[in-house]
Amino acid sequence: MNTTQRAPILELHGISKRFGAVEALSSVDFEVYPSEVIGLVGDNGAGKSTLVKVISGTYRPDAGEYVFEGKRVAITRPNDAANLGIQTVYQDLALCDNLDVVANLYLGRERKRTLLPGIVKIIDEVEMERMAQSFVRELHVRIPSLRSRIATLSGGQRQSVAVARAVMWNSKVVLLDEPTAALGVEQTQQVKELIHRLREKGLGVVVISHNLADVFDVADRIIVLRLGRRVATFDTHVTNHEQVVSAITGAEFGDGATTDTSAG
Amino acid sequence: MDDRTQKRQTAASQTATREESIWTRVVGRLGHGDIGSLPVLLGLVLIAIVFQIANPNFLTPLNLTNLMVQISAVGTIAVGVVLILLLGEIDLSVGAVSGFAAAIMAVLSVKVGLPGYLAILAGVVAGALIGLFQGWWITKLHVPSFVVTLAGSLGWQGALLWVLGSTGTINLNDGLIVGLANTRLPVWAGWMVGGVVVVFFVVNSVMQRSRRAHSGLPIQPSTSLIFRTVLISAVVLITVGIMSVNRNPRQDIPIMGVPTGVIILLAIIMLFNFVTVRTQFGRSVFAVGGSAEAARRAGISVDKIRIVVFVLGSTLAAVGGILAGSRLFAVNQSSGGGDVLLNAIAAAVIGGTSLFGGRGSTWSALLGALVIGSIANGMDLLAFASSVRFMVTGAVLLLAVTLDSYTRARREQLGS
Repeated sequence: MNTTQRAPILELHGISKRFGAVEALSSVDFEVYPSEVIGLVGDNGAGKSTLVKVISGTYRPDAGEYVFEGKRVAITRPNDAANLGIQTVYQDLALCDNLDVVANLYLGRERKRTLLPGIVKIIDEVEMERMAQSFVRELHVRIPSLRSRIATLSGGQRQSVAVARAVMWNSKVVLLDEPTAALGVEQTQQVKELIHRLREKGLGVVVISHNLADVFDVADRIIVLRLGRRVATFDTHVTNHEQVVSAITGAEFGDGATTDTSAG
Repeated sequence: MDDRTQKRQTAASQTATREESIWTRVVGRLGHGDIGSLPVLLGLVLIAIVFQIANPNFLTPLNLTNLMVQISAVGTIAVGVVLILLLGEIDLSVGAVSGFAAAIMAVLSVKVGLPGYLAILAGVVAGALIGLFQGWWITKLHVPSFVVTLAGSLGWQGALLWVLGSTGTINLNDGLIVGLANTRLPVWAGWMVGGVVVVFFVVNSVMQRSRRAHSGLPIQPSTSLIFRTVLISAVVLITVGIMSVNRNPRQDIPIMGVPTGVIILLAIIMLFNFVTVRTQFGRSVFAVGGSAEAARRAGISVDKIRIVVFVLGSTLAAVGGILAGSRLFAVNQSSGGGDVLLNAIAAAVIGGTSLFGGRGSTWSALLGALVIGSIANGMDLLAFASSVRFMVTGAVLLLAVTLDSYTRARREQLGS
């Protein structure tokens, strides 16, 4: 990845956030480039969730800059981030089990057509399904049918639907919170392939995960948070698990990136 | 990498056009804990067979028409209950509201002397305002709907007694009010309405199918379309047919034609079926019932949807109460009392609408009301005491709720 020649799509500079006496984030920098997958890792309480909520606009940082596509922007509400094209898929996915895939993809944004001019508008199911179909095909999301109810889908399929919904409105950055946490091997693979395709489409993807094996599979760079600070950044192609684990736990292992597996 | 690309291609072709037979869909739905109205349809057939064997007067045009008129009021109230159950809420005030609205109409018509249409309008508006009040209280003050509407049930019953005053019973005499439930359409008009419904259904199905095909979407096999068309045409035309023959057993004065009460019930069911299935508002109702948090994050104004649904629930209760008053030519202190509330809720649930929110259809109001109505009607024919009727209806309700809980548990099992 020659990310150095391109501009980041999203940059945070010197982000700090405290909750009472606890400093959840202290002067954290963050950046994600187009067509890049970032693995955001750290132990419990390292500040991952806080950082994600700052990026998605749920929390307002106490200090720091939010730069999107090179311009400084003010993010005060989740809608501000969403309007820029920054979408977050939380672990609970926020899907309606009782509705089908198309209904969930378009929930709150249904396409409508006029039945009686000025009086009655109905949901344009055909148009919604047609657009959903081409979109789902483009992402190679594997689901039995677009008219399957979410309740009938597997965990991986649900995750895929939630991700598809997050990126189908011209999103540029998508944050995935523990996307493979509750999934089996094959379903995890399905979600990983989806993440690869999001990168191919030019999106910046941020994956928050505890599972280092998964992070190494999908991420180009790994950013490690510890106790509210960004302590290390790794290129996954020249790094091994032990180095990342050491950075997460704070164990000493010499000079970092070049240390071999026998160390520690 | 090649291996992965291949996998993708087969996956893509799997999502492409696939036709499913009706049978595989039914079996699939059973397996997924999504059975809908199938059990209640089987139950209705069973009930009809049992009562017909016990008393050959059960399946006669006279009795079947009476049955439909008998259920029109409770069926209308049950449509409102369906909407509220779709949200995952409950409204225990629909019985009292139906009585109170009917009383307002009766007093305005008989004691004040307002024209019938104004009295009816006032009753309906009263229902809407009650729903607004209760819905606001539930959503804005975060009090469970169970409690607010239970309190409402007591309060509106008191209001009913207060409005009726010392008279106790008011006999209705306005032509329009009395005619609401008791008029019979001319036979030709009944056939015309039935014909329009069938034509509308066929045209709508064919147009939807061709729009889907035009957009390259998977379509149902034509056998399924033909099957559904034949089935629905048969049900509609047989119903009109039964109501269009002379049902007076004495043969002196012919009694025939579809009763207006039945038309009103069916029109309300179809209207709200359209609203729930085809409009964005209806989609939002299902979404809130399925997951209020997901609906909120999708930008749906959850509070607004809830309040509107409570308004609709109480309004339909008022309409049901007015129909009941019209059918009995009177409103009295027990209007909307007794088993009206329980029958309306039982009808919605027996008909297949889930108590847990997000699943159901306004048609379940008709099917459930038919079950409860046929049991009552059949037992009356057999001269059973109402003790037996209550116990049988209770057992059927228990069965329906158990089925609902079982399928819900099955869905959750599959979901995890």
